[in-house]
Amino acid sequence: MRPDLTQPITMDTFLRGIWRENPVFVALLGMCPVLAVTNTATNSLAMGVSTLFVLVCSNMLISMLRHFIPKQVRIATYIVIIATFVTMVDYILQAVSPTVYAALGAFIQLIVVNCIILGRAESYASKNPVLSTAVNSVGMGLGFTLALLMLGSVRELFGMGSLFGVSIFGDSFQPWLVMILPPGGFFVLGAWLLLFAWWRERNVRKAVVEEAVHAR
Amino acid sequence: MQGESLTFVFLNAAIINNFVLAMFLGICPFLGVSGKLKTASSMGAATTLVMLISSVSAYGLNVLLSSFEIEFLRLISYIAVIASAVQLVEMTMKKFSPGLFRALGIYLPLITTNCAVLGVALFQTAKEYDFLQAVAYSLGAGAGFTLALVLMAGLREKLELSTVPRIAQGAGLSLMLAGLLSLSFMGFAGLGG
Amino acid sequence: MNEQPIVFAEPRTPSSFALIRVLGLVALISGLLIVLVYQWTLPTITEQRRLALEQAVFQVIPGASRLASYVVNQDGVHAQNSGASGRALYAGYDADGNLIGIAAEGAAQGYADAVRLLYGYSPECQCVTGFRIVYSRETPGFGDKLETDPAFLANFEALDARLNAEGTALANAIVTVKHGTKTKPWQIDAISGATVSSKAAGKAIGDSAQVVIPAVHRHLKAEGQL
Repeated sequence: MRPDLTQPITMDTFLRGIWRENPVFVALLGMCPVLAVTNTATNSLAMGVSTLFVLVCSNMLISMLRHFIPKQVRIATYIVIIATFVTMVDYILQAVSPTVYAALGAFIQLIVVNCIILGRAESYASKNPVLSTAVNSVGMGLGFTLALLMLGSVRELFGMGSLFGVSIFGDSFQPWLVMILPPGGFFVLGAWLLLFAWWRERNVRKAVVEEAVHAR
Repeated sequence: MQGESLTFVFLNAAIINNFVLAMFLGICPFLGVSGKLKTASSMGAATTLVMLISSVSAYGLNVLLSSFEIEFLRLISYIAVIASAVQLVEMTMKKFSPGLFRALGIYLPLITTNCAVLGVALFQTAKEYDFLQAVAYSLGAGAGFTLALVLMAGLREKLELSTVPRIAQGAGLSLMLAGLLSLSFMGFAGLGG
Repeated sequence: MNEQPIVFAEPRTPSSFALIRVLGLVALISGLLIVLVYQWTLPTITEQRRLALEQAVFQVIPGASRLASYVVNQDGVHAQNSGASGRALYAGYDADGNLIGIAAEGAAQGYADAVRLLYGYSPECQCVTGFRIVYSRETPGFGDKLETDPAFLANFEALDARLNAEGTALANAIVTVKHGTKTKPWQIDAISGATVSSKAAGKAIGDSAQVVIPAVHRHLKAEGQL
């Protein structure tokens, strides 16, 4: 068995998933639901929370069993565990809110193949104790939810003139239909990535200038 | 839906509701493996093969599960079948075409977590396709996936030769390109109507 | 290429029995969890589905307060659990138990994907009285106006669906015509800019009505009730 590379739980364990290693904006993982269900903010939130639930539960279970699972069958075991929790979410969501379930459609079941969850299982949960896995997974899940919301709100705001179903711009607003259509998903995510790249570039340039000023 | 012609099922999956550009399935390999035309087409072929195998097995499984009324095990059994199908394709390819096997490298096992493959299995069940329709659907989905990958790879090979602002290099620009592709594929809607 | 397996600190391979044991155990836990949740949510899900169905049926059969489910095909109307395959058919009754309408499903290819809907039919006036979209991926802003466009909905206040003299088919097939060219009561005036979607809705209703309505009237004549 692999040794535990136990790291102390710090604020960073939690925060890195939200910002520095954000699964969507930095690692470009789990793109399918990111683009497919973010046509409204409500759908984005439901998808984010469902993924968060599966991510945290399955990774905690995997972390609990980490000394017990032989390396040779680990991927198969992980997938079975993840599929179990996804099936549970599928039924729970059907019972709690059929409207949201209808809107998300098959994408709830497709959480199984969301690379974020398997990636976390392989790179974190299989090596770390339960508590630190839980903290890290919650961070990652929140980062994912945040990214979905950032996409979903922009698309709903421009595509329908509303946010969480509440009209913002009033009736005179002519919606940009392309935003809630498939191409809008690509455009909005691309725009966010460009914005972040520009922001990073500016920070780097600022740091360089400051260094030059200090050097004088 | 019953009674859709096989040609229509195929075209619907390949072009009208293209798996990548209209349904957002299989975006990871779409962004990851679309750098080179050659890799893109082999990846498309391998994925199509896996789709066909898993679609046929999923059809059989669904009949079996329905007859025992244990549909709640559908997701788990589908994903298990897909994982085995990928393993099978991997072993076959390693034996008969080692060159291709090396070229696809890490992306082969990743077909398991390609949403498009599980998507085919789930959607054909939801649409209640019969056996032949399911086969046509999986072939169409594979063709659509390959088409999107190859188109994207062609665009990106051209893009390598042009100067791009620093901030737009990488994923941001690829996504914008994908958006334009997706926009043009919307023109195919209405073919069936 | 001769691949040498890189061995980390992995002292020995576990026996296949150990591997199978672990996989089996994990599968057992998974199965238990799934069955538990399935059993726990099943009543709620069934109830939610029933409510959604009732709401949809009562919307297309105005005044209905109770429903019964049937299956209809070329041979006629069958009880829901008779094992016959065909379209789902719902009969709506008012508070006194009188049949006031039926609702049936229809589907046709629209602009982007299939359009599936539920429409109501009144045996008394022999007309289609309304519809409700069950599934559609039509273009937002154009095709999704089917349920909201007042001029389009006006078509369904009393869409003529009379039977021919032999009672074997509709006297006049329901057809969708281009916006502003409706002249007959069995025609549907399409939404301007969404002709394909309007035609899909019309075809979904028309195709289904050709089978369902004659069967229902045959059944009513033979049995006297539904």
